[in-house]
Amino acid sequence: MASKSEEKIILGPIAFPKGILKKHIFETLETIFKRSVYIASPKLDLHPFFDPARNQYQSTAILKHFIKTTPKGGSKICLLVEEDLFIPVLTFVFGEAHMHGQFAIVSSHRLKEQYYMREEDLELLEQRLLKEIVHELGHTFGLVHCIDNRCVMHNSYSIEDTDHKGSYPCEVCFAELDKVL
Amino acid sequence: MNDNVKILIVDDEMIVRESMQGWLEEDGYHVEVAETAEAALGMIGEKEFDMAFVDIKMPGIDGIELLKRLKDQYSTIDVVMMTAYASVNNAVEAMKIGAYDYLTKPFDPDYVSMMVRKIIARRQLEQENIHLKENIETALKHVHIIGESSAIKAILNQIEEVAPSDTSVLIAGESGTGKEMIARAIHYASPRRFEPLVVVSCGALPEGLVESELFGYERGAFTGAFYKKKGKFEAANGGTLFLDEIGELNPKMQVDLLRVLQEREITRIGSNKSITVDFRVLAASNRNLKGMVDEGKFREDLFYRINVFNIHVPTLRERMEDIPFLVEHFISTLRRQTGKQIEGITAQALNKLKQHGWPGNVRELQNAVERAFVTSKGKLITTEELAFLAPEKIPVTTSPSSSLAEIESMHIENVLKECDYNISMGAKVLGIDRTTLYNKMKKYGIEK
Repeated sequence: MASKSEEKIILGPIAFPKGILKKHIFETLETIFKRSVYIASPKLDLHPFFDPARNQYQSTAILKHFIKTTPKGGSKICLLVEEDLFIPVLTFVFGEAHMHGQFAIVSSHRLKEQYYMREEDLELLEQRLLKEIVHELGHTFGLVHCIDNRCVMHNSYSIEDTDHKGSYPCEVCFAELDKVL
Repeated sequence: MNDNVKILIVDDEMIVRESMQGWLEEDGYHVEVAETAEAALGMIGEKEFDMAFVDIKMPGIDGIELLKRLKDQYSTIDVVMMTAYASVNNAVEAMKIGAYDYLTKPFDPDYVSMMVRKIIARRQLEQENIHLKENIETALKHVHIIGESSAIKAILNQIEEVAPSDTSVLIAGESGTGKEMIARAIHYASPRRFEPLVVVSCGALPEGLVESELFGYERGAFTGAFYKKKGKFEAANGGTLFLDEIGELNPKMQVDLLRVLQEREITRIGSNKSITVDFRVLAASNRNLKGMVDEGKFREDLFYRINVFNIHVPTLRERMEDIPFLVEHFISTLRRQTGKQIEGITAQALNKLKQHGWPGNVRELQNAVERAFVTSKGKLITTEELAFLAPEKIPVTTSPSSSLAEIESMHIENVLKECDYNISMGAKVLGIDRTTLYNKMKKYGIEK
């Protein structure tokens, strides 16, 4: 399918296994956002963003680093990490995005079944990862949380929320997205 | 949806201000930040904020002093205090002065989000009538109840009538008619729409896991309970609990459910602490629940508790005039989700859809359109892509001399053929349970 925009979506794995980024993830992102999707691994040492007291990494600071050091452009970049993320006021986040901005970040840490002391399930991890990537990228396109709990833009405060929602925006969020694509 | 709600964050730490602003903006709120209490007072003097999150410990005027001034000069603002020090004394002092609540950093995202929604809901209650119309429009925007038939218009009127209250609703209708969609519309049009809508498919609950799924459990409650888990009842707190296929609940679960609905309290497995729950109940069934009550298969007291308001969802056969609208909607959704540029359907293909019996109702129509969409090579779906639809049934004609048993046998066979001998679907179309259908097939010697 031909993408309509010259601007791209870039998935930026940082010490993140690329094998999980299957063709299906690329195709779904291209369908929803009508942009070509590429992988480019940024070189970044996450250590400065580590908070030893919380044993987590501060996502807002990581996003700020990229906003400051990257020339502005129209492409949307979703960083992917395996580390557990937090923002200072919250216990954890699955991901964070710069609203109407260029950058988003998603962590697979709490998307893995092993985190919940269950057996590894790569297919489920792929589904969850796709949902969270679509969700955070949706924010970069200006979408806010949706009240429809089947819509990908519905907020996730637990893995059950993520599992319950779908991978696509609802009609209302699609219509909002159409306005900016 | 929330952009008319204005929130001010007052904290001397930039990273806290920025991260909280970003997080609340994702919910659609209009959020501004102030580094000091002095700056906050200046901003509040110029703009009407609905709520403020104020850090207790700040240089200059501290959070407690700011709270005092806000309560004195701008009493309509709801103030939530934030503290990184878990200082109960300060928090208690703040509550005495009039803070709405306090949060200890870091917050649980679910908790703080619920607190914001509660504050908004309380503020909106004062203007409920103004918002009612907006609520209904929001609901119908999010839930695509498609159709122009009088049957659908009557349902929309019923939704509008019942949504604003906390009344329990029983949604009755055949399988595939869209009962869950009606439940969603009621939830989204109700004052609880920003709270969770939790769906429980009673027929799909695994026998051994029913209790833990519904009531939740504490860590270590049983082998494999490594983490405490909220059950469905608790997850629905503040929102709506939708009990789908309620007729499938076994007698023990009926008793448990009734107790929860009456007492509005639950206890997690492995805990001795009661938790108060507040949710609205919507239920749906494709079975004749009143008949089940008469047969002693469904508790009468539970039936009357859930059947305060009844909505009957018509079959697709009762609203065939809606088929073109439904087809257009399904094609449009599939086009978005797949990127495949199919523009519509030929008149002949649409006629074929209108002539089909649709025992599986809207869901069957949706599946048929999806199948045709996937196989279609052109810009329009044609009759060729719908070839899988069973040829139209020859109308059953019975001789006046036929016995009732002969007519029944013929009708059962006809329905089964139409359902491709799917016993569950055939039983639903005939309005009898599967066991009765099996018995009748045996009696009349009907086989596939």
